[in-house]
Amino acid sequence: MFPEPSHDEIARYNFLANLNRHLATYLSPGNRVVYEARVRPAFRAVAGRDFRDRHEVRRAMLDDPFFQEWSALRRNAMEMRQQAGRSMVLRQIDALNARAQALNDNAGTLRLDPSLELPSYLAKVDHHCMPGSYHTELVPDDVSAAANYDSGLFVTTGGALGPMSDGGGRAVADFVRTTFPEFSPRRILDLGCGLGHNAVPLAQAFPDAVVVAVDTAAPMLRYGHARAKALGVENIVFVQANAERLDPAEFPDASFDWVQTTMFWHETSGTAMRRIFEEIHRLLAPGGLTLHVEQPQYDERMPLVEQMLRDWDAYYNNEPFWSAMHGIDVRGLMEDAGFRPDRMFDGYVRAKVDDEARNPASPTGATEDHGRAAAWYAFGAWKN
Amino acid sequence: MDGIDIRRAAGAKAKGKRPWFLADAQTERVMAVAMAVAQELAVTRERLDTVERLLADGQPVTAATIDAYRPDAAAMAERQRWHADFVARILRVFQQELEEVEQQGRELDTEALASQFAE
Ligand SMILES: C[S@@+](CC[C@H](N)C(=O)[O-])C[C@H]1O[C@@H](n2cnc3c(N)ncnc32)[C@H](O)[C@@H]1O
Repeated sequence: MFPEPSHDEIARYNFLANLNRHLATYLSPGNRVVYEARVRPAFRAVAGRDFRDRHEVRRAMLDDPFFQEWSALRRNAMEMRQQAGRSMVLRQIDALNARAQALNDNAGTLRLDPSLELPSYLAKVDHHCMPGSYHTELVPDDVSAAANYDSGLFVTTGGALGPMSDGGGRAVADFVRTTFPEFSPRRILDLGCGLGHNAVPLAQAFPDAVVVAVDTAAPMLRYGHARAKALGVENIVFVQANAERLDPAEFPDASFDWVQTTMFWHETSGTAMRRIFEEIHRLLAPGGLTLHVEQPQYDERMPLVEQMLRDWDAYYNNEPFWSAMHGIDVRGLMEDAGFRPDRMFDGYVRAKVDDEARNPASPTGATEDHGRAAAWYAFGAWKN
Repeated sequence: MDGIDIRRAAGAKAKGKRPWFLADAQTERVMAVAMAVAQELAVTRERLDTVERLLADGQPVTAATIDAYRPDAAAMAERQRWHADFVARILRVFQQELEEVEQQGRELDTEALASQFAE
């Protein structure tokens, strides 16, 4: 399903991937340098105390010329990547939509709901500077938003997630298999599945299970379903629904063994998180597993400048819930939803990336780029 | 696709007030233009690289053979290195700005050096 890039479009992406890599490895560390060398001392001199939180740090850094330049370059790189991806996808939009339609072929495994209302945290935001975000349809049966997302993820992660951008999902599958060898899920639910980058590897790793992949955005689901078909993955169902309120007729109580989310929570809201954890608890069968891959929560031991840099996307790359989300007490939320603290766990899963299959553009050693790391934090709980 | 102005849609602005970081937003717009021009130069350079490789292989060079060319792993690695070097060249001034901060207080300007050596 991947859009076909022309010779020059590949060149444009090569430039952008290297630009992003340069910003991350050569220039981004400079923010810590200017922070220690001049921003922090200047603040101390005036305020007579150190910074109290990451927001104070951010406001002070906004006046620093180096932070300004790095931020201007980074924001601009995001916008250039959108233009490059959209021009490539839109010139072949008819062909892509036709290909998706042929693969989808009115299958019962793609269930769309045109009457679904978008929650405001999705309707109001064009996430990561993506015009129209995940859900906008430029023509009927459109998949262009997803095709653009798919092509661009590869560029912004520098290929660190593997050629299919599924390193996270493969790492999760591997982690669950090796850590809980007794666990053999029959029904797996992936909430906020997007185009299924990380749901498909679960379906592949557990071929006897059925994966139900839920998202609000029709273009992502159409593209995701077609992509799964093209990959020969049959045990996955794509459903358009709001994870906050899943219809009990279609999603009965205790009907799943495993509920997964991957890089999902930061694009929701505080109220939504509460509701979705309640839904997860309702949907899980006793003995079921819920697992969530996200960037790690901020804690007091993380230097403020570090927190501030991780917050960059929240304020300057249209991820408005990112900052608050990473300060939330997720254990408390899970407990409120009915999970027992002694059944909760957390740790790191590593993205499994095939080295030979890797595009040389990918960063060797997968250096961290605030939010795009190849080693992911995961937390979760068993029900009862 | 009928009815979509692709050129306009490709460059559409994302929702939300755009943050401007430099002291002067107009300077930042000039920076955006410069980076876009650099990007297009990189594209042209990659096309030229294709032409050179086709010629070296004794292949016909037409718009169609250039567009159809896909590098092998070795050629791809060379291209990536070229792009990395190219980006480092155009962003040199920021690297040096940082080095200056790192050497903070330990460097003398030319005036100071001149009077020191005059002694
Ligand atoms: C950053 S993407 C992550 C996609 C996918 N999990 C992955 O790992 O590639 C977040 C997705 O969550 C979806 N989403 C956000 N809020 C949702 C909700 N309340 N119900 C269903 N999907 C939601 C968005 O439409 C978007 O596709």
